[in-house]
Amino acid sequence: MKISNRKFFASAILVSALLAGGVSFYASSSPDGLEKVAEDVGFIETAKDHTLSDFTLADYGVSGLENARLSVGLAGLIGVVATAVIAVGFFTLIRKKAPIKNQ
Amino acid sequence: MHIPDGFIDLPTSVAFVAASTVAVAGAVKGARKQLSEQSAPLAGLTAVFIFAVQMLNFPVAAGTSGHLIGAALAMVLVGPYAATLALVVVLIIQAFLFADGGLTALGLSVFNMAVISVWVSFAVFVVLKKILPKSKTWVVVATFIAALVSVPAAAIGFVIQYAIGANATFSVTTVLNAMVGTHILIGIGEAIITALTVSAVLASRSDLVFGWDKKNSTLEIRA
Repeated sequence: MKISNRKFFASAILVSALLAGGVSFYASSSPDGLEKVAEDVGFIETAKDHTLSDFTLADYGVSGLENARLSVGLAGLIGVVATAVIAVGFFTLIRKKAPIKNQ
Repeated sequence: MHIPDGFIDLPTSVAFVAASTVAVAGAVKGARKQLSEQSAPLAGLTAVFIFAVQMLNFPVAAGTSGHLIGAALAMVLVGPYAATLALVVVLIIQAFLFADGGLTALGLSVFNMAVISVWVSFAVFVVLKKILPKSKTWVVVATFIAALVSVPAAAIGFVIQYAIGANATFSVTTVLNAMVGTHILIGIGEAIITALTVSAVLASRSDLVFGWDKKNSTLEIRA
């Protein structure tokens, strides 16, 4: 079952948007592996606050939005759009100029 | 495994910014040769998918969670050079837009997840592909193992950085044991997500998968 380019790319974006915008609400909020190890071993105290910890989107939430589901979902969607614009733009910029089929 | 500021001292952090910059410059050079009109958007899309899935922390043990790194996933889909770059884009966006991963620690995190994790998984994948039979199922098996190894590999990267320039004095062996133990568990999650995703792309558009030789597709159709 081979699907068209358009269908493939559209589904990939859609799945990413659903995961970041919807499913992310259900993600575990336990510390991640490194953070847990740092807590258990004891070097967690050497961590400094993030330089941008007061930024609107810090920690995957939109500051001011009370609804947690909305806050993380919107932050996720913003991230998906930002990554799409920057990554697709970047890779298009650095790829070979002439397409292979014309060579 | 996004490192916050403060765990590792400034000189070590700066040294890893330099090392990561060299690696990224090399990756740009390599990706420039490899990316085509079709694979360039796929590389971008891979970064988007990785960003999304990295938000999904799954529980691994009591009070611990993990999330996909995506290094092996990107490596199998778009090749190691573009994979390094996709991970760098994701890590930069996370650090600057979402305050995830310290800014001075960015070189450290990039080195572990965009360089070590990608290239270790690539080495494992290449060796396995040589040994294993040439079929889609076995490519997924190779992907699973490469992804599984990629996570403790990145964790060991952190332990090396800790050994060089930690701002704490706890023993390196203690940190090593704890990091590797926890990240083997997270690696199992990484391997499952990566294998499922690669299977889905192999089923729908195997021609887009870097880790799948198109020659095999032709043979399969003939058979």
